[in-house]
Amino acid sequence: MSMLQLLWFVLIAVLFSGFFFLEGFDFGIGMSLRTVAKTDAEQDALIDSIGPHWDGNEVWLITAGGAMFAAIPYWYASLFSGFYIILLIILLGLIYRGVSFEFRGSMETSKYRDLWTTISALCSFIVPFFFGVLFTDVVAGMPMDKEGNILATAGFFDYLNVFSIIGGVALALLSYMHGLNYMRLKLLPGELVTRAANQLKVLYPVLLVGEVAFAVALYFSTDFFVEKPVLTVALLAAVVLLTVLSWFASLKNHQMVAFLALGLVIIMIVVLLFVGLFPRVMVATDPANSILLKNATSTPYTLKWMTGIALTTVPIVIAYQAWSFWTFRQRIKVNGK
Amino acid sequence: MNLVTGLSMLDLARFQFAMTTVFHFFIVPLSIGLGLIVSIMETMYVIKKDDTYKRMAKFWGKIFLLSFAVGVVTGIIQEFQFGMNWSRYSRYVGDIFGPALAVEALVAFFMESTFLGLWMFGWDRFSKGLHLTFIWLTSLGSMFSALWILAANSFMQNPVGFRIDHKFDRAVLVDFPALLTNHQLWTQFPHVIFGTFLAGSFVVMGVSAFSFLRHTKDVTLFKKSIHIASVVALVGTVGVLWTGDMHAYDLQNDQPMKFAAMEGISQDVGGKNEQEAWALVAYTNPKTHETEWSLDVPYLLSILAHHSLTGSNKGTQTINKELHAEFDKKFGKDMSYWVPANTLFYSFRIMAASSMVFGLLGLAAWWVTRAKSSFDFEKHRWVLWIYGIATYLPFVVITAGWFVTELGRYPWIVYGVLTIADSVSPNVTFTSLLVSNILYFLTFSALGGIMIYLARRVMIQGPEPAKSELDNEGATDPYSSAAFAQGGTD
Repeated sequence: MSMLQLLWFVLIAVLFSGFFFLEGFDFGIGMSLRTVAKTDAEQDALIDSIGPHWDGNEVWLITAGGAMFAAIPYWYASLFSGFYIILLIILLGLIYRGVSFEFRGSMETSKYRDLWTTISALCSFIVPFFFGVLFTDVVAGMPMDKEGNILATAGFFDYLNVFSIIGGVALALLSYMHGLNYMRLKLLPGELVTRAANQLKVLYPVLLVGEVAFAVALYFSTDFFVEKPVLTVALLAAVVLLTVLSWFASLKNHQMVAFLALGLVIIMIVVLLFVGLFPRVMVATDPANSILLKNATSTPYTLKWMTGIALTTVPIVIAYQAWSFWTFRQRIKVNGK
Repeated sequence: MNLVTGLSMLDLARFQFAMTTVFHFFIVPLSIGLGLIVSIMETMYVIKKDDTYKRMAKFWGKIFLLSFAVGVVTGIIQEFQFGMNWSRYSRYVGDIFGPALAVEALVAFFMESTFLGLWMFGWDRFSKGLHLTFIWLTSLGSMFSALWILAANSFMQNPVGFRIDHKFDRAVLVDFPALLTNHQLWTQFPHVIFGTFLAGSFVVMGVSAFSFLRHTKDVTLFKKSIHIASVVALVGTVGVLWTGDMHAYDLQNDQPMKFAAMEGISQDVGGKNEQEAWALVAYTNPKTHETEWSLDVPYLLSILAHHSLTGSNKGTQTINKELHAEFDKKFGKDMSYWVPANTLFYSFRIMAASSMVFGLLGLAAWWVTRAKSSFDFEKHRWVLWIYGIATYLPFVVITAGWFVTELGRYPWIVYGVLTIADSVSPNVTFTSLLVSNILYFLTFSALGGIMIYLARRVMIQGPEPAKSELDNEGATDPYSSAAFAQGGTD
């Protein structure tokens, strides 16, 4: 395996981390339209808080997909064709959620406004849930043939099982709480934010229980503890410690610390999954059919070009996205901006 | 082949690609074209400091935002689709096609989406110049995005800069810059961009015409909008004709079958000192692949194809034999190289005829909306109806263009390198494809319907009132949501 191949494996992990960190709170805000906000004005304020950013955040996913296609095409081909129905659901979720903000704002009657609010909230749950399912399935392994195709005979329970549902719920819950933390950070204190804070008090212990359940399921469903025991335990410990840190920061009203710590939890979980996956990119039920990173990438020539382009553009992208967040740093008030 | 529907997996995958591409490409040209027009309007505002232009940019900006939202989400399907439905294609050309897509995201998507966010929410937050920069960067970003996706498509049409790696059975890139210097790209990309000018400008002219039909009070604003759009439309018309001509010229070498089918020639025509006639209408028998009848304009094909009064072109029958001679070793004797001749022929006729219509309508609109003109555009209902109906024409033409480009490449997905049949995912089931086709179809119908409905509402609401009107009526409209919000806090 060459350094370039390794670099792109890491870069794709970085892109997915960026996506789940950034779009994670967008999903959380989306769900909270129905679970925290009670009035139209509150919903407006929530949407305003992510308004200028969510589209740019979603580009992290598009870039992750594009980078996978460019740098590790055998992974892209196998993953996307193999998880057809799950990706179809994710796509539909992203589509309806993507237009919901614009459509909701343009609707004439409160009935249709309400409908698009519900669509937005529902899709904001569906997308992270199924991404959680997808990634846990990938590390748990799927029935695959020698060419690296997931078998057409793979059944319902290969895709949806105890482990993958725990993964789905975990990612959706994390996104939700990440959104609530973001809300406390971005909105001026008021009833809405108080409600979010109260929910968080209950949710942190639930999340910790969920993380333990995830670790147990990881033990039974994957080879993480056998192949890389030290790293796996260390990363799981980091996940739990950061969650506790975020919890206490949240109780003490250190909103920025709470937000960043929980964001790091999301990133640590992505790191954990990629570490456990390595040196494979797809895990097959029969280990002989797993796809290895060294056999799955583009040529060194293409990787060199892509590396040059990525290393020049990504810092610029991060710079102007950060500037955009800085520009809109002002806290938002419910009812009249 | 599925016994109930008579459709194969390949049919469904191809239908899905056609459907998603056509729908995506209804929306994208509109947002690129409108983005440019809104940028021009805001530039006028910054230069002339006339508030009308600001209201104009904001009004058309609303329709631009609607189209942008739908364009983004349908674009994600496009990216995922290669892996989902065409995994063998993705493996075979991932080394080449993947980078083009990835660079599109890195260079263009981040730029458009971030600066659009800044533009949309930043009207009163930034200096005029900076705010103007945002819309231009958004506009530029969307054109970059077209450049890279068309670089990928140009590779499929005219593959360059690669070799076949027999060990791994795939095509690999050996010359990255060649993807960008591909001559196909430099006729196709400007052709598409000029096409987006037409889509944007005819929507602006059409919606303005409909607004006049609804007796809008903002006569000056809409007249000026039409004037700006008419200039964009004229540039677009000249541009598509010029680049279209260059492109057809190249096709004779690059993809002779496509060219011959577009022109409806089944037998060789012309000669060293002979003229070639251009068929105005023609019919090709899909079984015998012979052009059975046509209505011809003498000399025109020589003029179009060779820029001369004489010349010669091969017919589809000859080309078919040549393709078999060239490719039978690689793809087998049973491969069919026939393209759907009538579809290509008439799609091309629609493009050619419509560009005349675009030119005439653009010119007329420009003439009657000049400051000096004494023609009251807004009072002639039949004229307004013509422009109203013409709103839809660019979309028909753009679709015709994709039909020619994509269907004319049959049987290949990458011309001469990989066939469509060899590209489809081996493990995706018939049911999955059928379900996804149905869901996408319903989704697109819903999105398209809602978008048109909302665009119509934006039109009925009209531009926000001018400042002077606001001063007369007091600062806040008593029925606006802002007024309700204020009332709510009391």
